[in-house]
Amino acid sequence: MDSSPWVRRTLRAVVVVYLVLLVGWPVSLVAKNAFADGLETFQRAFADPSVLFALQLTAAVAVQVVLLSTVFGVGISLLVVRYDFPGKALLNALLDLPLSVSPIVVGLALVLVYGKNGWFGGALEEAGFRVIFAPPGIVLATAFVCLPLVIREIVPVLTELGTDEELAATSLGASRFQTFRRITLPAIKWAVVYGVVLTLARALGEFGAVKVVSGNFEGRTQTSTLLVEQRYQDFEQGTAYAVAFLLASVSVACIVAVTLLRSDDAAPARRPARPATRPATPSEVDA
Amino acid sequence: MSIEIRNVRKTFGDFVALDDVSVSVPTGRLTALLGPSGGGKSTLLRVVAGLEVPDSGAIEIEGRDATNLPARRRNVGFVFQHYAAFKHLSVARNVAFGLEIRRTPKAEIAERVDELLRLVHLESFAHRLPSQLSGGQRQRMALARALAIRPSVLLLDEPFGALDAKVRKELRDWLRRLHDEIPVTTVFVTHDQEEALEVADEIVVVNEGRIEQVGTPDDLYDRPANDFVMGFLGPVTRLGGVLVRPHDVHVEVLASVPASDDASSRPGGPVTGVVTRTTRVGFEVRAEVSAGDEVVSVVVTRAEARTLGLAAGVAVRLAPAQGAPTAPAAEPVAAAAPA
Repeated sequence: MDSSPWVRRTLRAVVVVYLVLLVGWPVSLVAKNAFADGLETFQRAFADPSVLFALQLTAAVAVQVVLLSTVFGVGISLLVVRYDFPGKALLNALLDLPLSVSPIVVGLALVLVYGKNGWFGGALEEAGFRVIFAPPGIVLATAFVCLPLVIREIVPVLTELGTDEELAATSLGASRFQTFRRITLPAIKWAVVYGVVLTLARALGEFGAVKVVSGNFEGRTQTSTLLVEQRYQDFEQGTAYAVAFLLASVSVACIVAVTLLRSDDAAPARRPARPATRPATPSEVDA
Repeated sequence: MSIEIRNVRKTFGDFVALDDVSVSVPTGRLTALLGPSGGGKSTLLRVVAGLEVPDSGAIEIEGRDATNLPARRRNVGFVFQHYAAFKHLSVARNVAFGLEIRRTPKAEIAERVDELLRLVHLESFAHRLPSQLSGGQRQRMALARALAIRPSVLLLDEPFGALDAKVRKELRDWLRRLHDEIPVTTVFVTHDQEEALEVADEIVVVNEGRIEQVGTPDDLYDRPANDFVMGFLGPVTRLGGVLVRPHDVHVEVLASVPASDDASSRPGGPVTGVVTRTTRVGFEVRAEVSAGDEVVSVVVTRAEARTLGLAAGVAVRLAPAQGAPTAPAAEPVAAAAPA
């Protein structure tokens, strides 16, 4: 690649301008607006029971979605990487569907299945379990949208890992569960953590699918993002900015936390704890 | 017999990896499964370990039917070509793994790990991670890990295949000595005939999913069952329609090339020809002799070459040396098969 100083400087300038216009400036304006009246806006917003409810609901949904995504994400990843079965290619394609389909469509699809007149929802409702226009629907829609995030982090790591270590553990007497817990899980740990963080950030911010399935009832099924939109349209922009700022801060905090965790944990594994007394062999360098 | 393999068949789709294989592995010996890549030797080893399930046939380990026993209950030590080190565990924890799974008391584990690390000369590396070891050290750790569970058989799948030539040589000498110290029944897979001849007590030659021959290194080298075994175990050349080792050719210098030699029509009989080329490689001299429609490779020591006056253009009569192993050549063979 041509890396003359001039080209490098121009490229850097273009990228910086692009990011500032697209991300930095708009997001900083949200922060600026949120703090326009100092902390007063926040105090007012958090005194509002609807706001508190929305934040609690969002947190509860996010936690449930993270749990669901982690368990099923790890399971599906193992299935896709370690086993061969008819229809595997189809399943792989389906796993990417939530990324390519608009969340609104996801919401509508769920209503068709679990809604009062859907082919499954009626029976559930008779059994006293409401999905659509209730928190379970919100969890379902968010989980659908977040499905690929954990899987797409784990699959490449599992593929790269290969089966030798797992087979070695098996030949040493480990059961499937012991092999998973002692060998596979530590190897995919960081992929899982990234997947979880991405899922958490996405779950906190999901809007379209949730809007369709929740019904957006203030104080009952209104999540934080729905509340931000509603308050913004009702000319309560202060509250909207305050909640928006809070949502953005949590996401940023997630990313920062992961970066710190990773640099803490990965460093000793990459470098010898003590200075090596003998020259590194090529096999060590690529390890 | 420690491992009894009976009529094992294994296919992967259309590919027949093992075709009705039956073989016995003697107790307490070091046995090599030798053969070309893709010949089925690794599959055979993995079937014994339970890492592959055979389509049909039976496996017996130490008199116990293991055909339907899961890998983790076979008490088999397995060493992989690429070490399969548990990257997140220290060397000591790697070695201790099998014992921890067996809920061995902590003090006992510590003692056994110490003992094994001393055995594989890694006692000062106990707290390092595998990524801080060289390839040879990692493989020794893998061996200690496999030995920790006191396996009834030890299986090694191309254990030195990923190492460079020097370390490989050191490690196979070391494996031989280790086996003499701890005579656990050991089977190792290799495609390197020199490795097999040097290390193994017994060699099983596997090719195209079948066993070609079983025997001691001397048996196989001196009395190959067929042209494949002969060709795979060392260099061969075609002489009067039979295969013979280039260093087993008796060379006689003639004053001139006879116009016709009826003796050359006899299989394995002496042939006459002219030296077309000589190459000196270290202490030996390789000569190519054009004899009728054959090009015979001959290897003699430098002293012999000097005494004979072997050089390009010299007429010679060639015959297999007395008592030298020969095998009928199935088809015209290149001057010297695997070197």
